[in-house]
Amino acid sequence: MIYMCGIIGVIDRSRQRMDGTGIRAALSRMDERGSGEGAGYAAYGAFPDLCDYYALHIFFDNPHETKPLVIEELSKWGTIEHQEEIPTFEQPGVRKVHIPWRFFFKPDPRLMPRSTTPEDDIVMYLVMKVNTSIPGALVYASGKNVAVFKASGWPEEVADFYRIQDYQGYLWIGHNRYPTNTPGWWGGAHPFNLLNWSVVHNGEITSYGTNRRYIESYGYRCTMYTDTEVVAYLFDLLIRRHGLSIETAVTALAPPFWDEIDRMPSKQQEIVRAIRLAYGPALMNGPFAIVVANHDSMVGFTDRIKLRPLVSGEHGNRLYISSEEAAIRTMEPGIEQVTMPRAGEPVIGRFLQ
Amino acid sequence: MAEIVRIDAEGMHYTPLNQAIRAAVAAGAAEITIDHVMGQRFIADGLRGSVEITINGVPGGDLGMFMSGPTCIVHGNCEHAPGNTMDAGKIIIHGSAGDAVAHSMRGGIIFVRDDVGYRAGIHMKQYEEKRPVLVIGGSARAFLGEYMAGGLILILGRKAAAPQLDRGLGSGIHGGKIIVRGNVDEKHLGVGAKKRELSHEERGEITPLIEEFSHHFGLDPLQFRDERYYVIAPASARPFAGKYTWEV
Amino acid sequence: MSIGSVPLRYRISVDHDQCMLCERCIESCPYGVFRKEGERIHVNSRVCVACHRCIAMCPRDAITLKERPVDYRSHPLWTPGVREAIYNQARSGKIILSGMGNALDYPVIFDRLVLDACQVTNPSIDPLREPMELRTYLGKKPSRLKFRERSGDTVLETTLSPNLMLETPIMIGHMSYGAISLNAQQSLARAVTRCGTFMGTGEGGLHESLYPYQDHMIVQVASGRFGVDINYLERGAAIEIKIGQGAKPGIGGHLPGEKVCADVSCTRMIPEGSDAISPAPHHDIYSIEDLKQLVRSLKEATEWKKPVFVKIAAVHNSAAIVAGIARSSADAVVIDGFRGGTGAAPRVFRDHVGIPIEAAIASVDAKLRSQGIRNEVSLIASGGIRESADIAKAIALGADAVYIGTAALVAMGCRVCGTCYKGLCPWGIATQRPDLVARLDPDTASANVANLIDAWTLELAELMGAAGINSIESLRGNRDRLRGYLLDERIMQVLDVKSVGA
Repeated sequence: MIYMCGIIGVIDRSRQRMDGTGIRAALSRMDERGSGEGAGYAAYGAFPDLCDYYALHIFFDNPHETKPLVIEELSKWGTIEHQEEIPTFEQPGVRKVHIPWRFFFKPDPRLMPRSTTPEDDIVMYLVMKVNTSIPGALVYASGKNVAVFKASGWPEEVADFYRIQDYQGYLWIGHNRYPTNTPGWWGGAHPFNLLNWSVVHNGEITSYGTNRRYIESYGYRCTMYTDTEVVAYLFDLLIRRHGLSIETAVTALAPPFWDEIDRMPSKQQEIVRAIRLAYGPALMNGPFAIVVANHDSMVGFTDRIKLRPLVSGEHGNRLYISSEEAAIRTMEPGIEQVTMPRAGEPVIGRFLQ
Repeated sequence: MAEIVRIDAEGMHYTPLNQAIRAAVAAGAAEITIDHVMGQRFIADGLRGSVEITINGVPGGDLGMFMSGPTCIVHGNCEHAPGNTMDAGKIIIHGSAGDAVAHSMRGGIIFVRDDVGYRAGIHMKQYEEKRPVLVIGGSARAFLGEYMAGGLILILGRKAAAPQLDRGLGSGIHGGKIIVRGNVDEKHLGVGAKKRELSHEERGEITPLIEEFSHHFGLDPLQFRDERYYVIAPASARPFAGKYTWEV
Repeated sequence: MSIGSVPLRYRISVDHDQCMLCERCIESCPYGVFRKEGERIHVNSRVCVACHRCIAMCPRDAITLKERPVDYRSHPLWTPGVREAIYNQARSGKIILSGMGNALDYPVIFDRLVLDACQVTNPSIDPLREPMELRTYLGKKPSRLKFRERSGDTVLETTLSPNLMLETPIMIGHMSYGAISLNAQQSLARAVTRCGTFMGTGEGGLHESLYPYQDHMIVQVASGRFGVDINYLERGAAIEIKIGQGAKPGIGGHLPGEKVCADVSCTRMIPEGSDAISPAPHHDIYSIEDLKQLVRSLKEATEWKKPVFVKIAAVHNSAAIVAGIARSSADAVVIDGFRGGTGAAPRVFRDHVGIPIEAAIASVDAKLRSQGIRNEVSLIASGGIRESADIAKAIALGADAVYIGTAALVAMGCRVCGTCYKGLCPWGIATQRPDLVARLDPDTASANVANLIDAWTLELAELMGAAGINSIESLRGNRDRLRGYLLDERIMQVLDVKSVGA
């Protein structure tokens, strides 16, 4: 369940794309935080030519056996524009236990007439459906124009396994894993992704049972045997489906203490109290530092008593968030000031325009 | 605010209707007339004061529930449980009413011109000066005055020689009494209820009730005056005491 | 007398070497166990109920009590209790009334559940140094919030329903004035006020000496509607409709006339000495839509300012029943398990009807979540809550808060002798006899009850801290932090907990 891990994220607000070299070096700088049993990256803006299609990333145990089942399921809900095995390159430290594949998929919105976001809801349904009913197939990413690379190994090995230097993105997040549960399982590596949400997480969510049961009553199914996936689902629920702002969502997940709320001016007090009442089951307890990304922004925050490290720095149009300053400076030596966000308060980087 | 207020309840939910009533009372209205009432429940629920509310139409269930003082005059039939747990005041129904009329009523008075449904007057109770009264002009269905713990039910059966009654009359009654015009068939008596003739004092007690009943509905009180009445009263103040033994 | 007398239930003996003839035992015992003849205390053990008042008052520890000093031939099926019930009913032909909660030896699920603690992978939190939040809001919660931006300002569009704010998730359940004494109610009222929590009035009205504590009192509306008028409803912090109770699901209540003294008669609004009979059902509720009608009539009467709770006994189909209640505009549902206490209940109901609170809470919480309406109501667990661990487990299974009853009485001296129905409680709790009531000093008793709530609150904070949780909402429904120990697989499925080691 637990990762004493290293996390990092970078966003270029002007949507200038970066290749994966920098984040590979930064994450490797934090190898002391990992154990060589899992690492991963997500790149936003990686598939500009297919950016209108959902990029469903799937680990197959045996594609001959399970790929037809997945295709059958997808075909019921839309059309597959393109599919390919994700190119990989043998590395000494990475044993290829799954065959990663990606489908570029367009759902038919008419098939979910009652939804206000039918395409997203179809894809979410398919992710839950495949992951709970087709053994040997695991959908580990499902966003548009988002590439996810993860496997069991050290960060530099996983980067080289996928050759992430060949991909370009205007927002990257990465994770270096120290597992205690499901070591070596590729599905357990971060980032976790659902639709356009990707999450990297350091720590443990002691409220997982509460959060899981909350999110499951909204149709999400936790299939990754780990606490981090609930973060992606919570962000999807609060921001996409409930229409909350990022700031409000983070207030719900890591709210101020009641004694602080009691001292707030009355209007603010009313809002924060309502957030705690409505979203109490979404509150995340335990030690964590998290970076969450989507196509609009990147946000980093910690638990409300700051049990895990998190720092951020800026340079030009780029915002960096990481467990360690060294990782940030490895990526961008020109950074002038590194700051530490307050517990529970988000650091948000948004794209310009 | 005028002394007399008119509310058109056409298509109105009961919450805004009650808010309008409360606002009128707060502004000093003495009379409120509500037109086009059609199924709105809880009219005058928990209302205090002495306002007189005329209701034109069919009010929904629990008319005057917890009401403490006002008068409700209904030109139409009532649904179930008008006067539920009513504390004080008056309800005058120019028509009939459904089941459980005057349920747990604690004080005040209800006049029903015509018939009532099942379990009218169930668990009415009295305390000190508060003694609820239910006057029924027509007939009543089964379990009239069930569990009755206090107060008075007077049933007149005005369109016949006696009201039509049914089983369970005064079943479990342990306080108060039911006064019935005309004869009462023994087979209709409930558990713990016993029947006896009306005493002279009791005749004196019902006379003003008959007068007021007749006045409200434009009837001749003489038709009820020299009739024979029976009283249904508790056989014991503790009807169920014999059912139990202690463990030690 | 063909059956003859049954053996003594208790034998009292006095150590005459220790006894100093102070006669405190004689003063203490309202049942008449003790008398002084010459220079010696004599006893009549047959009338003893094991209330321990004499033992607690004896300055020399000279009194001993032995339960069942006379053996029956042992038999696993024909227990002494079963045999004596038969003797009783063979003589009387009546229903046996008994006191306190379920007296059969069913397994206690709470005692087969263990809690979690942090080791290495996450830190436990020290509640002495770090913030630890037990504040609990009871009532309807919006399923989502809507905001509007107005000239750069964020405005909340969603209207919140009224909620009760508790500083700790421990409340005191409904025990009416009549069932317990006014001193007992005052003690409880002062304790909940001090602790920032709430208590129930029971179906006995609200005595005017409790008006100063009314903001911490939940007024009950039960089938007898005793003491209910608009003033009563408006005084309460919340209103609770009692449908049933765990000690006697499906049947009504009965306060015998002899307990209806002048004051009790006044709060119940019935004549002195008359029986107060609460019918089995509410006669304006014969179906779920009628419940909605009563809930809404109470809300209309109080202008939608008060949360309305509905209390039911835990029975087989609780989950579906609560799902119906959640649609009625009710703000909270109290589920009273089959171990719930009472002053008097038919023995056959007390011991055989209803289900354990642990299973009821688990299945209700799961059902509400599966229907997406868990936020519509808060869940209050009651019936057999004995210690802080039970509370932590009930909350982890899905409860928002608990009601305690018997435990609060024990904090005032009750020895769980189970003879409340005699009306002679020597501790001044379940009695209306003025000399006995006077034994309960509200200053001391309220402090004792408040101490108990404080102590359990501290323990809850420690348990949460050890589990790495600093806010009670993260414990609520967090069944991952429970494990079943020697529970059968089917019950673990119902509770949705894993086994120890899994």
